[in-house]
Amino acid sequence: MASALLHPGLLIVIAGFALALLRGRARAAVALAAPLAVLALILAAPAGIAWSGTWLGLEIRPLAYDALSRLFAVVFAIMMFAGALFALNQQSRLELPAAFVYGGAALGALLAGDLVTLFVCWELMAVGSTLVIWSAGSSPAYRASMRYLAIHLLGGVLLFAGIAGHVAATGSTEFGRLALDTPAHWLILAGFLVNAGAPPLSAWLPDAYPEASWSGMVFLSAFTTKTAVYVLLRGFPGTELLVWVGLFMVFYGIVYALLENDMRRILAYSIVNQVGFMVTGIGIGTEMALNGAAAHAFTHIIYKALLLMSAGSVLYATQKRKCTDLGGLFRTMPLTALCGGIGALAISSFPLTSGFVSKSMISQAAGDEHLLWVWLALAAATAGVFLHAGIKFPWFVFFQKDSGLRPEEPPLNMRLAMLLFAALCIGLGIFYEPLYALLPFGTGYVPYTGSHVVVQLELLLFSGLAFFVMLPMLRRTLTITLDVDWFYRRLAPLLVRACSLALRAMGESLGMAKDGGMRRIKAATHALHGPQALFARTWTTGGMALWAALLLAGYLLVVYV
Amino acid sequence: MSDHWLVRPATIRLLWRVFIGVLALTVVAEFLVAHHPHFRFEEIIGFGAWYGFLACAGMIVFAKGLAFFLKRPDSYYEKGESDG
Repeated sequence: MASALLHPGLLIVIAGFALALLRGRARAAVALAAPLAVLALILAAPAGIAWSGTWLGLEIRPLAYDALSRLFAVVFAIMMFAGALFALNQQSRLELPAAFVYGGAALGALLAGDLVTLFVCWELMAVGSTLVIWSAGSSPAYRASMRYLAIHLLGGVLLFAGIAGHVAATGSTEFGRLALDTPAHWLILAGFLVNAGAPPLSAWLPDAYPEASWSGMVFLSAFTTKTAVYVLLRGFPGTELLVWVGLFMVFYGIVYALLENDMRRILAYSIVNQVGFMVTGIGIGTEMALNGAAAHAFTHIIYKALLLMSAGSVLYATQKRKCTDLGGLFRTMPLTALCGGIGALAISSFPLTSGFVSKSMISQAAGDEHLLWVWLALAAATAGVFLHAGIKFPWFVFFQKDSGLRPEEPPLNMRLAMLLFAALCIGLGIFYEPLYALLPFGTGYVPYTGSHVVVQLELLLFSGLAFFVMLPMLRRTLTITLDVDWFYRRLAPLLVRACSLALRAMGESLGMAKDGGMRRIKAATHALHGPQALFARTWTTGGMALWAALLLAGYLLVVYV
Repeated sequence: MSDHWLVRPATIRLLWRVFIGVLALTVVAEFLVAHHPHFRFEEIIGFGAWYGFLACAGMIVFAKGLAFFLKRPDSYYEKGESDG
């Protein structure tokens, strides 16, 4: 009953506005209770369309549940709860309300039964997430948030154009499966892919997210990219292009993360890498692959948030982000190191962690379809995940060298949030049936077979060997690696500056030419019409009479000769 | 004051021995489990082991090659950008 009347996304947005006004215990109570209430609401809701109506002459269905949207909505609600718990001691008064508006809008996008509602939520998400980055309060964060907003508004424009074209052509706002047969559908796909962090615009993610506060990035890692995965699952399953886009993202994430020095940028590149696995699964498009992509989004939200909570705790305690400044923190932050380690094992899909039971379905689907190169690439990428996130992050932050830093563990609420998600990472790896029961298809997949566990352990542990053998090549330096954002952060401003210089020079030379010309005209006029000039001076009466007589004589000659 | 036991050279030597032992165990364990490979070369002994190692080595070398062209000081974007 309640689930037909109450919209989970709207409730979270309203809670967000309430959080802006509340303080102290009331604020904490609302921040923690609202996501839990919404979780209960989502689990109780029956499948089907709960809200429908017309708006601007368009059929809309702002609230609709099915297996896929429920799966994503459940993990979004869990994420809101743990994120709020982690962020309770955040000093910024803006960040938590903004995160709630952002998360609520993301829930709205999941539960949208039509393209119009989806678009409205999509844009609200961009605004909410920009405010989350903004609320970090630093000048680099402000600049990054403006670049972030520009890219997302571009994605929004592409999506809007696509939706408008689709509605004009079909007369239907329903959001179902879309084939890549019209420009409108290509535009919709492009809009979705911008938010997924797909090439060529992947750089917005590692550019903007790490500028958020220690708690802000935990929220950011969860919603935008996973909403994009969800809409791709719904709109474009089995689109072969997505296999190659996904594989590109997978290796892009690994290679850039290997070169990165900022611990949270390592994890940001790793988001692109993980979303790449999901996009590849969506491209493969079998029931096994789609289940794998959906399950991987579920587990990914939890272990990536855990990794970012661990990194956020380090940032909170030390105010440092660079691997070159960190190291040896396990001495005084053992719990943060342990939780970060569990997140690292889960992202690497070690057996007995959540990543193992989700990601292996995507590889299994590639094998079942006999996609040899895709399967080989996914196996290499599995090893590569352990390399760039599984070992690199914990090693450089918590071990490596002794940086001399002796920070304390973070406050209780942050520790509890990390423990909750660490428990979920291991719990879902062992008791995976409840997760499998939520998946859209029943495939009867069994993750734990002897050969699967052994081959996975080989891949991962020998990847670990490669890391330590080649450690000198991975030594951290104070560098960044250029990305596509160079074009709009460096080349475009340079071009604008060059153009404005050229225009100014042109204007000046025009002005000079103009001045010169005017001077000559003025001089000539002055020479002819000036006070003493030929046409202006006063003539004597005799001279005038002489000239008039001459003129008349000439006239007579012309007439009579 | 001696450093944490985990970073003493003796401990690190021990960890390396245990690690190499575990690596060997995973390859040995292949003989103890039933296989149902999708592809022929999965049947080569220690496929996960050598493939995992070589893939990672390849990615590291590729990353270093890319860095040769695209690496910049991390203050690269700081100059020239303002709040405007």
